[in-house]
Order: sequence, then C-alpha cells, then structure tokens
Amino acid sequence: MRVTLIDYGAGNVPSVERALQRLGAETERSCSAQDITAAQAIVLPGVGHFSALVRALDQQKIRQPLADAIQEGVPYLGICLGLQALFESSEEAPDLAGLGLLPGRVCSLPCNVKLPHMGWNQVALAGRGSQLLAGSGSSTFFYFAHSYAAPDSNGSTVATCFHGAPFVAVLEKENIFGVQFHPEKSGDAGSRVLENFLRMAMAA
Amino acid sequence: MSLARRIIPCLDTDGARVVKGVNFAGLRDAGDPVALAARYNTEGADELVVLDIAASRDRRPTFLETIRRVAAELSIPLTAGGGIRTLEDGRAVVRAGADKITVNTAAVARPELISELSREFGAQAVVLAIDAKRQGDHWDVMVRGGRESASLDALEWARTGVSYGTGEILLTSVDRDGTQCGFDVALTAAISGSVSVPVIASGGAKLAEHFVEIFREGAADAALAASIFHDEVQPIRPLKEFLAANGIEVRLPC
Repeated sequence: MRVTLIDYGAGNVPSVERALQRLGAETERSCSAQDITAAQAIVLPGVGHFSALVRALDQQKIRQPLADAIQEGVPYLGICLGLQALFESSEEAPDLAGLGLLPGRVCSLPCNVKLPHMGWNQVALAGRGSQLLAGSGSSTFFYFAHSYAAPDSNGSTVATCFHGAPFVAVLEKENIFGVQFHPEKSGDAGSRVLENFLRMAMAA
Repeated sequence: MSLARRIIPCLDTDGARVVKGVNFAGLRDAGDPVALAARYNTEGADELVVLDIAASRDRRPTFLETIRRVAAELSIPLTAGGGIRTLEDGRAVVRAGADKITVNTAAVARPELISELSREFGAQAVVLAIDAKRQGDHWDVMVRGGRESASLDALEWARTGVSYGTGEILLTSVDRDGTQCGFDVALTAAISGSVSVPVIASGGAKLAEHFVEIFREGAADAALAASIFHDEVQPIRPLKEFLAANGIEVRLPC
C-alpha cells in the first residue's frame, strides 16, 4: 500500500510520514498533480493557518486534481487542517475557498475557553460508530492543537470533542476521512487510527 | 470529558547532551537526550521540551541533529528552542522535527519575531518562554538565561506576547527554579488569569503535591520539570495516577 502524503510545507509532514512507515506503509511525499491523480490513498497533514494550506493548493495547482481524486473514491485522510480544507470556507480566512467537498464553514471555537485548544482530550462517538476509532476505548485521549473546528455536515460526523462547545473530532463519509486531532502525535492511540485508515484504504 | 492537564519533561541540553545546573553554574551531564526522549514517550509524558541552553551559533548544527534524533523517537508533541533569534532559526527547528518553537530573549528585543513565526507556522506552534522574578509588588521579565532584568512587567509582557500571536506561554519562576520547594502558584495564577492562551508552569517542582497545587490553585494548563523526571524522583506514571486520584484530569495511557 502506497500512501501519497501531500507535502505543501506543513511542519507535521515528517512525523505523519514516520508514523505511517512504522505501520509498514510505503509513503511518497508529493505536491504534484500527476502523483495525486495516480494516488492509491491520500493523506493531507495540515497544521497552521487555513490560508497557508488553500493558497498552497492553488500555487501548486493541485486543488482540482485533489478534489477529483477524492470524488472518484480514492481513500482520503485529512488531519487537522486537512479535515477543515474539505469544507467550503473557514472563518480563519473568510475570503478563501476550501475544497468544498462538504458543505459548511469552519468556525472558531468559543472564546470563553483558552485557545488554541491545545493538548490531550477525549472524543465521544456520535452514534453510528466509527471505522477510524475501531479498537479505541471511550476514555482514549488524542492530541489536539487548533482554534477552529468543522461544522457537522450531513451526518458525516462520527465523533465529537468538547472545548467550550462540542465540535467535530472525526468525520467519515464513504472514502473521505478526517480527524481534527493529530494521530501522528497521539501515541499508540493515534497509531491505531492510522492503522485503521490504512486497512480501509487497502480494502478499497 | 475535558482537556487533560499536561505533564511535560524538559531536556536542557548543551546542544548534544542533557545537562543539569542552575543558571549555567556547575553544569553536569544528565544523560543522552535520545534515550531520555524514548523513555518519556513510553512512560506517558504528554509532550517533550528540548532546550539548547548554551545556544551558541557554532553548536547549532549539533542541536538540530539532537532534535532530529529526538523527534524520531517520539509519538507525542515536541517543543524546541533556546537561542531562536530569527524566522530562519525557527524554520530550522521545525524542519528538524519540532512541532512548536520557544522564543525568549530575542522576542523581548523584537516582539515581531513572534508574529513572523506565528504567521508561518500558526499560533499553536509558537511558545513564548517568560522567565519571571518577583520585584516588590510585581514580576519582572528576566532575559539571558534569567540573569538580566528586561525592565518589563511579566503580566504586561504575557498579554503583549499573545497579541503578537503566541499560542502558549512557558512560564518559569526564576525565584523557584532549582529550589524544589514548589511551583510559584501566585505568579502562575496571575499570568494564567490574564491571558487567553494555555500556560505551562515551570520551576520549583519536587513533590506530587506541588503538581496538584499548581493545577488546582495556579490554574496551570500544563506543568514542566526536568531533573525530578530524569532522576525518577517523580516518575511520570505514578505522578499522573496521584493527580487522577486527586480529581485532576490527566491522560493515563494504557
């Protein structure tokens, strides 16, 4: 199984790469339309500002190839900003468009709590179960570092987290997977999530 | 379900080795950073901080190599710093595998450094390290390894740092550092109450009760210590179990 890691310069690409390789996956770092079009599975690790990510997608001319690949059914895992990028837009950069594969706008977490939401938190299953969270107990902690969060979108939310308000922690919709936390920084619990993604991508 | 309070071991290095000592005096070797990092990763540390306390230009490549080797051992977040003066310094540290960058003296001299780093890597990646020392009715910001006063009020500076885009504050009490008589609760509570970002308390920890106190009364979001973890005076797992037994939310890995 080869995973195409979209490398737009985000700081966490090496650690995501290492975490996938530890699980036996072959990885290629790329930012080219050609590689994305040919990808067997795509992981978009993202950290930082929404504008940095979507601008990079445009500069590298990979916005459309990425959206096409995902719509054609290539298994996709978006991490943190990689999840947020699936939506139409974000309050963090109101003038820029996201990939628009899921409806809605990414919004700021409430300001009555400390932001960024930084550290280890637990998630609650939303009801229909989660493939990514298979094998994770309800008291499992994952590492978060963000100030913005995705809206619930057509029932794609499979788990929520709470910081001042509930927000989307994990979403799954057919071949589209997204986690607001950083599995590559979440110890064994995070490794299990990546392993689940690899297994599903392989079965696809 | 709520955000867990974090326990963070800190590796003070001379670039290559972990060292111990107060204010650069009587430094002694305290071990291999890579071996310590691997140990903390499995023992349930929530994050790791690696600092270059020598921060000399010619040792920089050695420190970056240390970050690379430490990062390879970790599946938890890594913060690195010491001597970060420019955006380019920050980039080098992130490229070597750090998730967050700490800035201190250089940010006091030029606060724009914070916004430059924050714009490039996001606020969550920029940690403002403040060394504070009691001065009458307030706390003074100290620079150059805690030896020199910056003639700046610590509360004021913390708020300024946040306005420039820092996502977290690493607050060290110069008065308590190395004393092992407990964190500075008053200082931490004052800073934590006046900023909107998480605060990591540092300096003075020895007993498990000190950690309970800094979370309960100091409103710290995380607590950092060095030698008590390296020497296993306070091993991480039992410390977290003690905190949990005292009603403090912590992550207990399976």
